[in-house]
This record gives sequence, structure tokens and C-alpha cells, in this order.
Amino acid sequence: MNFNATLIGQSITFVIFVWFCMKFVWPPIVNALEARRKQIADGLAMADRGRNELELASRKAGDHLRDAKAQAAEVIGQAEKRAAQIIEEAKQAAREEGDRQLAAAQGNIVQETNRAREALREQVAALAVAGAEKILRREVDAKTHADLLSQLKAEL
Amino acid sequence: MASDYASSGEYIKHHLQNLTYGQLPAGFERHDGEVLAAPTWTIAHGAEEVQAMGFWSINVDSMLFSIGLGALFLYFFYAAAKKATAGVPSGLQNFVEWVIEFIDNSVRGSFSHRNAMVAPLALTVFMWVFLMNLMDLLPVDWVPYAAGMAGVPYLKIVPSTDPNVTFGLSLSVFALVLYYSVKMKGAGGFFAELAFQPFPKFLFPVNLLLEGVGLIAKPISLALRLFGNMYAGEMIFILIALMFGGSWILGLFGGVLQWAWAVFHILIITLQAFIFMTLTIVYLDMAHAEHH
Repeated sequence: MNFNATLIGQSITFVIFVWFCMKFVWPPIVNALEARRKQIADGLAMADRGRNELELASRKAGDHLRDAKAQAAEVIGQAEKRAAQIIEEAKQAAREEGDRQLAAAQGNIVQETNRAREALREQVAALAVAGAEKILRREVDAKTHADLLSQLKAEL
Repeated sequence: MASDYASSGEYIKHHLQNLTYGQLPAGFERHDGEVLAAPTWTIAHGAEEVQAMGFWSINVDSMLFSIGLGALFLYFFYAAAKKATAGVPSGLQNFVEWVIEFIDNSVRGSFSHRNAMVAPLALTVFMWVFLMNLMDLLPVDWVPYAAGMAGVPYLKIVPSTDPNVTFGLSLSVFALVLYYSVKMKGAGGFFAELAFQPFPKFLFPVNLLLEGVGLIAKPISLALRLFGNMYAGEMIFILIALMFGGSWILGLFGGVLQWAWAVFHILIITLQAFIFMTLTIVYLDMAHAEHH
């Protein structure tokens, strides 16, 4: 082994290399690594938060859905009740209308009957008078026998 | 190639010689018999010339390859760092981030104090040592042979098989250990740590000796472990490469061996880089730790 000035040259070179590495190589790379580590940590935290928010939102959506369903059920119930009521009312009205019309018809019938009976009575009276005239074979003065005739009419 | 040399000893020696540039003294007889009239700056040929150059010479190949590999590492990491975003990372950024996370985890596991310098230091140590070791996987003859044809007499392409390189690293780490020991504990505290334990205070010479040896052993073991592993690995590659000069059966056998050793070496080069880095972190952690 021969030692010579290479020893010194090597030491100086070494010092320069270490200085360069320490100044220009190590810090930027370690900083980049650190920045990336932080980015990843932030990303993971954000993902976590997102997951929580998603869970919260889905729970909220479930609540809303349940509320909506309940409201819809209530509306449907009310509507059904209302429909039943309307039907009931319509039935009632129809029944009343029917009754009314029946009553009117019955009134009419009674009226017609009375009218027919009146007409019949007149005709019968006339027939009776004509019959009596024929029977008596003489002219009966309608005026003088008016009392008699109206009495007869009333009896018919 | 191995068959170009007079003996396998020559071949091995040639492969283990750095491209050393230094000054030869006046009156030195060179490898080709030339006697220098005046001190001359030149490339060393052979171990004697390297010896004669003394301390003030430089291994050009080690410096070039280590600086080139370190620059390569910093270039790619800097390119990734400039474009680093917190968004989806691209291919290069992905790789760089993977390495940095690995280093960061190692530092967090072994270093329990606050110091912004330790992690980048560990990254530099790991990547640089790894890349220098990685050169070992290139077949031993390729680059030196090509360089030889271009007129470069010697070339060792694995900088971590040069003790100058490993000691340069480990002594720099040791300097940091001393600096932080004094900074965190004060000179007195550091001395107390060396002198007043593990035995009672009156035995402080014994303590000082024990702890002193322990302290000095840190940089030496750190450098020698890496150097020894890589040097031994390189040596085995060279020995295997010698087989290619023999018969074709031996050469085929050598090829299989080289492949197997290279696969195994992938583990070793990574492991050695990791050990160097981990021990650097641990030593610095001990330097920061307060003893009571």
C-alpha cells in the first residue's frame, strides 16, 4: 500500500460531493416525498369525511322518503274518505231526487185520476140526464131541474 | 490479455498498479535503464518508481474514476431532484425516491439525534461506494487493455481497490466524528469519555489506551474492510482471467467461474457499500451521544 496525495484529493472530493448532495439533491426530494405524504393523508381524510357525509345524506334521504310515504298515505286516506263521502252524498242526493220525482209523479197521477174521475162524472151526469130525458120522453127543463141535476151529479 | 505478458506474475502486478503521476528524483534509474539528470514529473512504471515518488504523487486513474462516478451519481440525482414533484413520480424520480427512502430509513434506524447533514452524507457514501465497487463487475481486461492501446500504460478502474480512496473516505468520516464529538460534548467531555471509562478514574492511562485504540480503529477498520473486500474480489477476477490464456477448456471453465464470481460479487459490492454507510451513521451517532 502506497499512500500518496490521492488520499487528500479523495477527501476533498468527498467533502464537495457531500456538500452538493446536502444542498441540491436531498432537500428537494425529501420535500417532494413529504408533500406527497401530506397529499395522500389529506386525500384519505377527505375520503373519510366524504364517506361520513354520504352516510349522513343517505340517512337523511331515508328520513325524507319515510316522511313522504307517510304524507302520501295520509293524503290517500283523506282522498278515499272524501270520495266515500262524495259518493254517500251523491247517493243521498239521488235518493232524495228519486223520492221527490216519485212524489211529483204520484201527485200527477192523483191529479190525473181526479181529473179523469171529474170528467167521467160529468159524462156520467150527462148520460144520466140524457137517459132520464129519454125515460121521461119529455123535455125536461134543464133550468128547472138544475137543482135536481146537480144533486144527482154530486151523488154519482 | 494475460498471454501478452512474460509471466502470470507480471500480469497480476501490472493489473494491480495504479496510473501514478509524480516526481522522480534526480539520479533515479528508470525501468528502461535511463538515469534521470534532473527531478522529473512523469507516470510511474513499476512499484519502485511509485515508491520513489513518495507522498506527493497522485493516482490519476483512481481520481478520475472516483470523481467521474461521483459526478454521475450526483448528475442523475440532481436531475431527479430538480424535477421532483409531489405528483405521480416518473421513472428516474421513482428510483431516486426509492434509494432515498431506503437511506432515510437506515438513518432513522441508527441515528437518534438531529443533524441535517447525516442523511445526505449517508446517501453520498452509499451511492458513491456502490458505484466505485460496481466497476469491479466489468471484465478486468476490457478497459485497461483499451487504454493500453491508447497509450496509457496502467489503469485500475475500481477506485475502491485503492487504499488511498477508502482511507480518504474513512478519514473524512473520522474528522466528522472528532468534530461532532468535541462539538456535542465539549473537549473536556470528549476527553472524559476517553479517559474515565470503562475503569475507575485512577486507571485513566489504561482507559486512555483502550479507548484510544478503539477510536483509531474506527477509520482504519472502515477503510480496510472496504479495501480488503474489493481488493480480494479484484484479485480473484484477475486470477480467473489468467485462465483465458490457457487452453480453451480452461478458458471455458474460467468463463463460467468469472460469471459465477461476478454474480456473487453483486452481493458483495452492495453489502460493502451498505456496511460502509451504516458504520458511518453509527460512528456519527456515537459521536453525538452523551455518555454519563
